[in-house]
Amino acid sequence: MTNRINKKLQEDKKLLSIYFTAGYPNIDDTVTTIQNLEKNGVDMIEIGLPFSDPLADGPTIQASSTQALKNGMTSELLFEQLKDIRKTVSIPLIIMGYFNPMLQYGVDAFCKKCQEIGIDGLIIPDLPVDVYHSDYKSIFESYGLINIFLITPQTSDERIRFIDSVSDGFIYMVSSASTTGAKSGFGDEQEAYFTRIANMKLNNPQIVGFGISNSDTFTQATKYAKGAIIGSAFIKHVTNNGVDTIDQFVKTII
Amino acid sequence: MSYNINEKGYYGEFGGAYIPEMLYPNIEELSQNYIKISEDPSFKEEFNQLLKDYVGRPSPLYFAKRLSEKYNTKIYLKREDLNHTGAHKVNNTIGQILLAKRLGKTRIIAETGAGQHGVATATVCALMGIECVVYMGEIDIARQAPNVARMKMLGAKVVPALSGSRTLKDATNEAMRDWINNPVNTHYIVGSVVGPHPYPDMVARFQAIVSEEIKTQLKEKEGTENPDYLIACVGGGSNAAGTYYHYLDNTDVNIIAVEAAGKGVDSGQSAATSVLGKEGIIHGSKTLLMQTNDGQITEPYSISAGLDYPGVGPMHANLYKTGRAEFIAITDDEAMTAGLELSQLEGIIPAIETSHALAVFEHKTFNPDDIIVVNLSGRGDKDLQNYIDYFKL
Ligand SMILES: Cc1ncc(COP(=O)(O)O)c(C=O)c1O
Repeated sequence: MTNRINKKLQEDKKLLSIYFTAGYPNIDDTVTTIQNLEKNGVDMIEIGLPFSDPLADGPTIQASSTQALKNGMTSELLFEQLKDIRKTVSIPLIIMGYFNPMLQYGVDAFCKKCQEIGIDGLIIPDLPVDVYHSDYKSIFESYGLINIFLITPQTSDERIRFIDSVSDGFIYMVSSASTTGAKSGFGDEQEAYFTRIANMKLNNPQIVGFGISNSDTFTQATKYAKGAIIGSAFIKHVTNNGVDTIDQFVKTII
Repeated sequence: MSYNINEKGYYGEFGGAYIPEMLYPNIEELSQNYIKISEDPSFKEEFNQLLKDYVGRPSPLYFAKRLSEKYNTKIYLKREDLNHTGAHKVNNTIGQILLAKRLGKTRIIAETGAGQHGVATATVCALMGIECVVYMGEIDIARQAPNVARMKMLGAKVVPALSGSRTLKDATNEAMRDWINNPVNTHYIVGSVVGPHPYPDMVARFQAIVSEEIKTQLKEKEGTENPDYLIACVGGGSNAAGTYYHYLDNTDVNIIAVEAAGKGVDSGQSAATSVLGKEGIIHGSKTLLMQTNDGQITEPYSISAGLDYPGVGPMHANLYKTGRAEFIAITDDEAMTAGLELSQLEGIIPAIETSHALAVFEHKTFNPDDIIVVNLSGRGDKDLQNYIDYFKL
């Protein structure tokens, strides 16, 4: 069976992926958020498993993570909330989270749960490529999970080629040297980076994330890349408007 | 078996570099260069010169006569409190600022808990004329006001960390986020033997001057390089790492690591990581840390801001796991009492961090002919208000 991520990447369109924090704004919003995102034409979802110390995240996602943890979110509860998600939703679902909670759950047990629920991939910013390779790759693969790697404007061509060679699905292109949500709008630097990567003609398609907040930045990011991921801007929307107005947010992008 | 780091950046199973890809180029640059640069003769010359003329090294190894009499054993104090800026932290910041310069960096960031590392960083930045930004938890800013003032006077910008527990762990998160946002011109001077490889090893090497001096000084005073016991407090573990460094694989020398028990190990308000922690990842390092069953990092507590950290460096996690070091947890009350005792027996007011190490003498009985070296990691000026409030002086 082809992984849903790879199937999605075959479609002849630019993909919109949305990141949200599980259990935020309210603990029971997780499933509604996923359903509303799919219903309104979003292509892929990153479900953020909140962490107490999210190193790569800016203030918006830090705050949503803190609140979600206060609401009582845990790995166990997230799996419980998602156990029937495949009865209603068919788009690719990716869990994005930091490594320590997965390590405490047990990497094998975590991956097994993901497979049972129908999760397609994981993004773990603080699990480096080499450690993944030597210690965890066989576990992920045995449960049919794709692990997505990041590249940044500072990543050397050589390392990008290496990451491309060990990647499946897509490469997560971090738009600028920043934590999530930090920059507003793209300048010449991003344009140069986007073209540099496009010209490398990598095997895996790229999806751009960090700093994409509206239809302008979405269009710019997807000029060369296969898709783009919106996180902080979406979190801000649900903070102010709740999860029943997700249609309004998606309409402003696509 | 060695208790020092292996070629992969691990102490036993602890260590490594669990960092987001955004930090990979910075960490890789450091890994490739830190030994090459710090072993270079011109670097060593500059480093040693500054330690001598600017920091005031070697720090004395002082035989504490009245303290020794009280506990009926032989106690030496390694006087890191007499260093310029008042603690051991400056050994590391001198090393890292010279390294940063050689890497062509023009901006320095640091985290700080008690403010000692922040002051030591601000000091070397002033010395070198380099921009300095120090992240400090909002709570620590309040309880270590004199050090905040010193950093400002030295020209550093002090940025409050407002997230999480608003103490050292969160200041460290903020510094790492700053580094992600400023990857090219900035060097992050980590203040203890924590963080991703190569930091634990790099900081330990710069602090190793402490045990190097102990060896020669003890030889002079006692005719042997080897004490029976080495004692140091452990926040992240840098003064301890420096104290143990040249003795790590010499098992004739016993090692005691002192953690902050706060209001008691089982009180829910403690920072005794070896007792309360489990293996996991904090700030890019696989080590022991205090966390929930779900893997969320918990908020430690200690009266001493410099020990108020939910992890320990990977070297210490390995010393604990292998049984090479004995770990002892000291409460706030025991530490404060030991601090007052040293003040009145020896005329030395220690930092509250250091007071934890001194409280070991109430916990453990030593033989009359045992030679014990305690790292007197810092002076108590920054803690006067805490001592005054505690003892109603
Ligand atoms: C005087 C003193 N001792 C000890 C420590 C604890 O740090 P470490 O365990 O890295 O030596 C600090 C930290 O601020 C300190 O200021």
